[in-house]
Amino acid sequence: MPLDRVQQLELFTRMVRIRKFEEAIIAHNPVGHLSIGQEGAIVGACMALREEDYVTGTHRSHGHPIGKGADILPLMAEIFGKQTGICKGLGGSMHLTDTSKGLICESAIVGGGFPLATGAGLSIKVRKTDQVSLCFFGDGATNQGTFHESINMAAIWKLPVIYFCENNGYAVTTSVEKSHGQPDIARRADGYGIPGIIVDGQDAEAVYEVTQTAVNRARAGEGPTLIEAKTYRFDEHSNRLAIPIRYRSDEEISHHRTNRDPIILYRDILDERGLLAEAQAVEVAVTQLMEEAVQFAKDSREPDMQDLIDNMYSNPIHFPADAGFA
Amino acid sequence: MSELRNSTQKLSYLQAIVEAQREEMRRDERVILIGEDIAVYGAQTLFDEFDENRLWNTPISEGSFTGVGVGAALTGLRPIVDLTIASFAYLASDQIINQAAKLRFMTGGQLRVPLVVRLSTFYNNRTAAQHADRPYPLFMNTPGLKVIAPATASDMKGLLKSAIRDDDPVIVFEDINLWGKKEEVPVDPDFLIPIGKAHVKRAGSDVTIVGFAGSLPPSLAAAELLSKEGVDVEVIDLRTIVPMDKETILASVAKTGRLVIADNSHRIGSIASEIAAVVSEDGFESLRKPIQRVTTPSVHIPYNPTVEKQLYPTKDSIAAAVRRIL
Ligand SMILES: Cc1ncc(C[n+]2csc(CCOP(=O)(O)OP(=O)(O)O)c2C)c(N)n1
Repeated sequence: MPLDRVQQLELFTRMVRIRKFEEAIIAHNPVGHLSIGQEGAIVGACMALREEDYVTGTHRSHGHPIGKGADILPLMAEIFGKQTGICKGLGGSMHLTDTSKGLICESAIVGGGFPLATGAGLSIKVRKTDQVSLCFFGDGATNQGTFHESINMAAIWKLPVIYFCENNGYAVTTSVEKSHGQPDIARRADGYGIPGIIVDGQDAEAVYEVTQTAVNRARAGEGPTLIEAKTYRFDEHSNRLAIPIRYRSDEEISHHRTNRDPIILYRDILDERGLLAEAQAVEVAVTQLMEEAVQFAKDSREPDMQDLIDNMYSNPIHFPADAGFA
Repeated sequence: MSELRNSTQKLSYLQAIVEAQREEMRRDERVILIGEDIAVYGAQTLFDEFDENRLWNTPISEGSFTGVGVGAALTGLRPIVDLTIASFAYLASDQIINQAAKLRFMTGGQLRVPLVVRLSTFYNNRTAAQHADRPYPLFMNTPGLKVIAPATASDMKGLLKSAIRDDDPVIVFEDINLWGKKEEVPVDPDFLIPIGKAHVKRAGSDVTIVGFAGSLPPSLAAAELLSKEGVDVEVIDLRTIVPMDKETILASVAKTGRLVIADNSHRIGSIASEIAAVVSEDGFESLRKPIQRVTTPSVHIPYNPTVEKQLYPTKDSIAAAVRRIL
């Protein structure tokens, strides 16, 4: 089903939110693995999901909750480590979670999310709901054993899981070519007897469409799909990491920035469809929202020691007497 | 009902494990069992009663099926993951330590992880170094987990049922050397033993011995032996490792002034070390003699059974430790 105009603007809004959220991070300099350049893959996939569908994210963590429609203020406060943050300032960047939007967790342990998303798929099957579970990961993560183990289990049990690779070509400084026996992640699906699909990750609507197909398949009880979105990260692996070697050329980066920016590409499409004014209004509104979010984050209080204790166990009465708090 | 409440049935320690699971699976349809060849490890009768939606027999993928349990726990189920042999927990340690133990905290309490992980300690069984570990301290040192190590069929049934009903991840250590030990166990399906409470097995006034799991029977035997020598020994069964029942231990040491801890862990950084530290900090004035640890030396477990059995605390080594501080 193609996106209607409201959904097209929603897709655009979420992409712009990721971009401007991360620009705010750059401006204020907390730690952050930025998804700038990858917004089309993230939001295109999320638009194919319902709110109650599950998503697991990665260390490149801001796009996934925003793509799933999470509120911006608590996310920003979390990046600032404040008690009003979505995780009360205890998770921070790399671990943004908003369970109210189905974003069940993000793993900073590369490859750690595969089993969790698979378990969510198993739980859907046991509880007999028609949800799906979508697992985001990078190309680098697919070299972890959990990738193989998890997809194998999902395939044999026909779990409603979509394994969604944001292949940005690199794991920190290591290229796909230097770390994979063959460079197309999606071809690995054959080893599990499931569909593997490659899509242009800079074309948000194309991503939406292939994800929609995978979602329909999952909801119909036909099992998992492996999607590989070919995308690109414009910035360094992390905004606070100095990379001492040159592992990609300036020409390559500028080619993608100039010709392959998913937000510019989609704005052009909206323009062709007569939605330019609406798109520009989205950009203004998102800019204001980010200013408000940064102010909210700055004004919020820090967590204290009691917040740590309160969030360790389900029942604080059971907090171990020997844990070392006076 | 009251009849049921007061009646008992004779069960072995292993049968108590199976019955606890059966009762909880009957009571709560969210309880599922996940593991490799689970029928082999005592669950065979569960296959007669529950379908494949409740019993997930997995491929050999410890690192991931444990995480599948975590993902299922996050999304509304109450999984029991049977890792069978405790040494396999090292493969699953990322999912136990980085995910299960941390997710509640890192998400500011948005997530709950009502997961049970069963680990059998297979020592003293001629299985050699890669199967004979007793890794209690590893999980004691991981905040966010609860850890139980029962020594009797009743305690196993009551504690395992509490673990399944608990909203936090609980590691359950089973001791295969106790599997065959039978006892009258309460039939009441709501018979629960609270996690975090030690049990004074034998009252005495001269010296306190703390044991748990497989070190409890030799502790009780040592107490019997010593009573013939006129020494009045108090024996405490720790039962729960985290949260540790400091109060019961300190109260006993306040009475006896002498403490011996019997623990099958490797000596360095053992459960015994932790108890010794706690009593030195909070009960030093009560101590009339130095605390004695009876542990397994920090060497790997050999294949040869003659040397293997000399490594663990025995009736005689525990009694000798008591005599050293009389
Ligand atoms: C288990 C583990 N190993 C290494 C790291 C360090 N690390 C963080 S991100 C990263 C690269 C991941 O690459 P990829 O999966 O392609 O994701 P991308 O960063 O490209 O989004 C590495 C090696 C980690 N966090 N976890």
